[in-house]
Amino acid sequence: MTFEKFVFYVFAAVLVFAATMVITRKNPVHSALFLVLAFFTSAGIWLLAEAEFLAIVLVLVYVGAVMVLFLFVVMMLDIDTAVLRSGFIQHLPVGLLVAGAMVLEIFLVVGPANFGLEKYAAPVRHAADYSNTQELGSVLYTVYMYPFEIAAVILLVAIIAAIGLTMRKRPETKHQNPSEQVRVKSTDRVRLVKMDAEK
Amino acid sequence: MPFEMSSLIPVLPEIFILTAASVILVVDLFLKDSQRVISYGMTQVSLLLAIGIVLLTDSGARQIIFDGSVVRDSMSDVLKIAVLLISAGAFLYSKDYLRDRALFKGEYYVLGLFAVLGMMVMISANSFLTIYLGLELLSLALYALVAFNRESVSGAEAAMKYFVLGALASGMLLYGISMIYGGTGSIEFSAVAEGLANPNANKMVLVFGLVFVVIGMAFKFGAVPFHMWVPDVYHGAPTSVTLFLGSTPKIAAFALAMRMLVDGLGTLHADWQGMLVILAILSMAVGNVIAIAQSNIKRMLAYSTISHVGFILLGILAGTDKGYTAAMFYSIVYAVMALGAFGIVILLSRGGFEADKLADYKGLNERSPWFAGMMLLLMFSMAGVPPTVGFFAKMFVLEAVVSVDMTWLALVGVFFSIIGAYYYLRIVKLMYFDKPEDQSELTAGLDTKIVLSVNGLAMLVFGLFPSSILTVCAIAIAQ
Repeated sequence: MTFEKFVFYVFAAVLVFAATMVITRKNPVHSALFLVLAFFTSAGIWLLAEAEFLAIVLVLVYVGAVMVLFLFVVMMLDIDTAVLRSGFIQHLPVGLLVAGAMVLEIFLVVGPANFGLEKYAAPVRHAADYSNTQELGSVLYTVYMYPFEIAAVILLVAIIAAIGLTMRKRPETKHQNPSEQVRVKSTDRVRLVKMDAEK
Repeated sequence: MPFEMSSLIPVLPEIFILTAASVILVVDLFLKDSQRVISYGMTQVSLLLAIGIVLLTDSGARQIIFDGSVVRDSMSDVLKIAVLLISAGAFLYSKDYLRDRALFKGEYYVLGLFAVLGMMVMISANSFLTIYLGLELLSLALYALVAFNRESVSGAEAAMKYFVLGALASGMLLYGISMIYGGTGSIEFSAVAEGLANPNANKMVLVFGLVFVVIGMAFKFGAVPFHMWVPDVYHGAPTSVTLFLGSTPKIAAFALAMRMLVDGLGTLHADWQGMLVILAILSMAVGNVIAIAQSNIKRMLAYSTISHVGFILLGILAGTDKGYTAAMFYSIVYAVMALGAFGIVILLSRGGFEADKLADYKGLNERSPWFAGMMLLLMFSMAGVPPTVGFFAKMFVLEAVVSVDMTWLALVGVFFSIIGAYYYLRIVKLMYFDKPEDQSELTAGLDTKIVLSVNGLAMLVFGLFPSSILTVCAIAIAQ
C-alpha cells in the first residue's frame, strides 16, 4: 500500500465516521461540529484527487461561513429532539427497506459495471506546477460566462427576496435617534412641577 | 478567442429585462408609497419594450451562442413573446388587488421581472446548466412571491411547502443531469444528442438519469404523482401571485420539456414516452376527479391545471412535430385561459374579501352580465366546448396522439375531459341560475375591465380563427 492510498483510506474512514455521527448524535451542536469534520476530510480527499481549488473553497465557504451560520442557528433555536425522534423505531423498517433498495440501485448503476476503470480511464496526472485554479478561471469567464452571469442574478434575487421578506417596520420596535440624543437639554429630561404642599 | 459585441444581440431581450429589473429596484427606493405606480408603469413598459426587442433582434435563423449555452430560434421567440405578454396581463390584474391589501410594493414587480427573466433563460437554454439555472431563478422569485403577504399564515405555509418540494425536485433533476453527463460526457444538448446516438452509449445509466430528469420536470409541471404542492400553493398564495404562478410558468415548463427531452434526449423517445403516458393519464384522472370535490375556486383551478398539464404532456409524448405544435398551442392557450379565470377571481375580490369560494359566484349574471359572460367563455374554453379556443387546443392534441396510433390514449383523454366539463359548467350554473348572496358593486379599475374583456373575448376570437396561433407554433416547431 502506497502512502497516498493509506492517506486516502484514513480520510475515507474518518469521513464515514463523521457522517454517521452527524445523523446519530442527539445534540444538534455536536452534529454540526461533526459535519465540519466531514467537510474537512472530504476536502482532504479532493486534494488527493488534484482538485486543490475546490478543496480550499470547501473549507473556506462551507466550514468558514456556512457551518458557522448553521451553528448560530442551531444554538439560537430551541429544537425539541424528542418530538423529532418520536416514531423513529416505528418507521425504521420501512426506512431501512427504502434505503437498502436505493443503495443497491445506485451500486448497480454508478458501480464499477458502468463507471469502472475499463469504461472511463483514470485522468492523467498533472505536473506539480499545474494550476487548476487558473484552468477553472479561464473557462469560467469565457465558455461558462452566460451561466456564471445567471448565477449572479440568482444571488441578487436571493438578496432581494431575503430583505423583502424580513425587513419590516414594526410599530413596537424602538429606534435610537442620535441627533436628538445629542441635542437633548436638561429641561427635556426633568420637568419641575410647582405644587402646593399636601396637608 | 476574440469577443464580438454583436454576439450579444441574440440575448438582448434577456439583457434588457435584467437591466430594467435592476433599474426599477433602484428607482423604487426613492419613491414614496403614493408613487409606487411609477415602478408598476416602468415594469409594464419594460415588458412591452422587451417584446419589441424580441421582434427586432429576430434573425430568422437558429443561432447557438455563448459556446452552446444559449439557443435563439423561432420557438424561443414565440414562447418569449407569449410569456412577456401574459406576464404584463398578470401584473395589470394584480395592481388593484395589491393596492387594496397594502402589498403594492416595488419588490413585487422586481421579483416578477426576475421570474420572467428566469423563464426567458429556460426558454432559450441549450445546455442542462443553463436550463437548471433558469429554473432556479424562476423558482426562487416565485417562492418569495408566494410568501409576499407576510401577514398571511397560509401564504407562509404555502411558500415553505413550495420551497422544500421545489428544492427536492431540483435535487432530482440535478441527479438525473449528472447521470446523463456521466453517460454522454456533455451537458450541451446537441452534444448529448450526439453522445446518445453512439451505439456504445451506456443505455442503463442514461435511462436511469432520464427517470430523474422526468421526475424533476414533472414536479415543475405539477403532474401527478408529483402534484402535491399545486393545490396548497395556489390556495395559500395571494390571488395575484396565483394568477402569475398559474399562467406563464406553464409555458416555461413546456419549453423545459421540449429542450431537455426533445433537443437533448430525443433519441430516448421510446423510453420517455412510456413515462409521460403514465404521468399524463394520472394527471388527467386525478386532476379532473378531485376538482369536482373542491369548494374553493383557487383549489378547483389548481386541480384543473393538473388536468391540463396531462393534456400538454399528451402532445409532447406523441413525439412528432404535430404533437409538439399541439402541445405548444395548448400551453399558450392554457396560460391565457388561466390568466382570465384568475383575473375574474381578482375582479370579484376587494379589500378584505377574497372571492375564492364557489358560492361567491352565485348570480354573477345579475351583478354584472358582461363579466359573467366573460367567465362563461373562459369556463367553456377550459372545458373544451366549441367554438372556444380550448376546444381546438384539445382537438389538436388528440389528433396528434391519434396520428401516432395511440387512439386508446386519446379516448382516455376525452373521457376525463367529459368528467372535467362538470365542474366548469357548475360555475356557469352558479352564475346564471342561482340567486346572488352578495350584491356589492365590482370595484375594479377601467384598465382591468378592458383587459379582462379582451382576455375573455380572445377565447372566442381565437376559437373562431385557431389557425392564426397554430401556424405560428407550427413554423416555430418546424425550424
